[in-house]
Amino acid sequence: MAGDGNSDLAATTRAHQEDFENRKFTINFGPQHPAAHGVLRLVLELDGEVVERVDPHIGLLHRGTEKLMEYRTYLQNIPYFDRLDYVAPMNQEHAFCLAIEKLLGIEVPVRGSLIRVLYSEIGRILNHLLNVTTQAMDVGALTPPLWGFEEREKLMVFYERASGARLHANYFRPGGVHQDLPPDLIEDIDRWCDAFPRVMDDIETLVTENRIFKQRNVDIGVVSKQEAFDWGFSGVMLRGSGVKWDLRKSQPYERYDEFDFDIVIGKNGDCWDRYLVRMEEMRQSVKIMKQAIERLKKTPGPVMTLDNKVVPPRRGEMKRSMEALIHHFKLYTEGFHVGPGQVYAAVEAPKGEFGVYLVADGTNKPYRCKIQAPGYKHLQAMDWMNRGHMLADVSAILGSLDIVFGEIDR
Amino acid sequence: MSTKELTALGKAVRAKHKDVVVELAHGELNLTAPRARIVEVMRTLKDELGFQQLVDLCGVDWPDRAERFDVVSHLLSLTKNLRCRVICSTDEEQPVPSITSVYPNADWYEREAFDMYGILFSGHPDLRRILTDYGFTGHPLRKDFPMTGYVEVRWDEEQKRVVYEPVKLVQEFRAFDFLSPWEGAEYVLPGDEKAGAKSGGVSGTTKP
Repeated sequence: MAGDGNSDLAATTRAHQEDFENRKFTINFGPQHPAAHGVLRLVLELDGEVVERVDPHIGLLHRGTEKLMEYRTYLQNIPYFDRLDYVAPMNQEHAFCLAIEKLLGIEVPVRGSLIRVLYSEIGRILNHLLNVTTQAMDVGALTPPLWGFEEREKLMVFYERASGARLHANYFRPGGVHQDLPPDLIEDIDRWCDAFPRVMDDIETLVTENRIFKQRNVDIGVVSKQEAFDWGFSGVMLRGSGVKWDLRKSQPYERYDEFDFDIVIGKNGDCWDRYLVRMEEMRQSVKIMKQAIERLKKTPGPVMTLDNKVVPPRRGEMKRSMEALIHHFKLYTEGFHVGPGQVYAAVEAPKGEFGVYLVADGTNKPYRCKIQAPGYKHLQAMDWMNRGHMLADVSAILGSLDIVFGEIDR
Repeated sequence: MSTKELTALGKAVRAKHKDVVVELAHGELNLTAPRARIVEVMRTLKDELGFQQLVDLCGVDWPDRAERFDVVSHLLSLTKNLRCRVICSTDEEQPVPSITSVYPNADWYEREAFDMYGILFSGHPDLRRILTDYGFTGHPLRKDFPMTGYVEVRWDEEQKRVVYEPVKLVQEFRAFDFLSPWEGAEYVLPGDEKAGAKSGGVSGTTKP
């Protein structure tokens, strides 16, 4: 009896010893984890606390946007773009409108173009405010999101005053923007631009040199230039690694070549650099917005092209002109036809290069519309970026990637 | 991106690969390559012509063609500031050589094309579904896949789990025909089936 007890004890001790040496296990991160930025499920293979492999399972928010688009007219498809990257909706619409305009060969009037620039930059600030502050929250700070969201709220009011919706704007249309901005709205945006840099300063004093924030982000998730090229990185992920590439400068669209601003680049390509790049980009965006407002005050005129085969006539016109009424009816039932061809149009969305590959077959619906989302490529890099890092760094790296599931899962 | 640079680029590709068809449309360069040589063409574009990045890779379905799928890749050169599009075609059975060895980020794009269209990629390290549900059947972006799908899910209170059921549409799926009959539609309009025969036979008799 006594002998049996001893051997049992020895076996248990041995098993404990083996467990202690073999510390490999697999855990699920998400899909309900607050730091997963939505519905991401990461299957992490760990050796103790060191990450050995990351397998992101995506598609939990897949809505089949591309399939739905093939069954709707071009105009009906614009709202789908608001629902992709829902933190900066108008930037997505922009890419789709540019693709249609490229196929149709229509020009946007100056004022419409300036409003697009203004609202694209508002979208950039909306996005960066969310990302930068939640990145801080992922590593333990609670106050920055509260401060950042206060400003986001003000920007969403600007969205609402222009388009009628705080989030799903449906404001950019092929040929321009849907409605003109009232003068007092332009004044209010101008005033906000003056006040915002002080808020930025406040957030910076709270986060940038914060000891905990730096310990969690400096030298974490380093991306070299070559890696950024190989994995197709764009936007801040590329600029954070010191590559001077911005579609607004290198392949200017929408009169961005007439604006004065700088490309912000990082040095080391770690999470902290990407944070700094985003912070400085917001200041550059304010600079662009100030210039756009300056010009908007001096540039009256239409905000949409006057070609009634693509753009509906004004309501006042419809009350008097039979032809305008016919155009309106045809555009909102049948929609406009886009001639056969394939184009790729890209914008510098806040997260990176957002592109639309549009195949048209001459009917009123797209034959194929592929949405190229920057987050898809960045999330793909989770595996090699996390290898060898600690479990706690996973959320820091994920935060710096700037992930929104609306655009990744589509 | 001027057309001059793109034309020169097209010539450079032609010099290296005779079987690539070069086309310039809407200010963009389309390179149509044979399926078997796609990896070599990509290798040339990356190593010799400076296209560092694969921006996008996706499928397009043309059900009427013998080889119904196109695999379309978009490349970007950051040093030359140029874009180009590489197209190759395939069908349900013939696999396309995977380009993950040239551009590592093709991994997820090829998984997506496989998931959405059922296009096979040979030499891909891990060709699993990516966007659709675990255990999904069919390839949703094919033109013969209905927009409403085949199954729907709901929470079953008795079984305490999510159950799959065939799709039940409360209202018939409405697909409007917007192709204008006044602009030469090449089909018989609903209700007009007898119109052609009648006009031929009756016209003589009704004339006063």
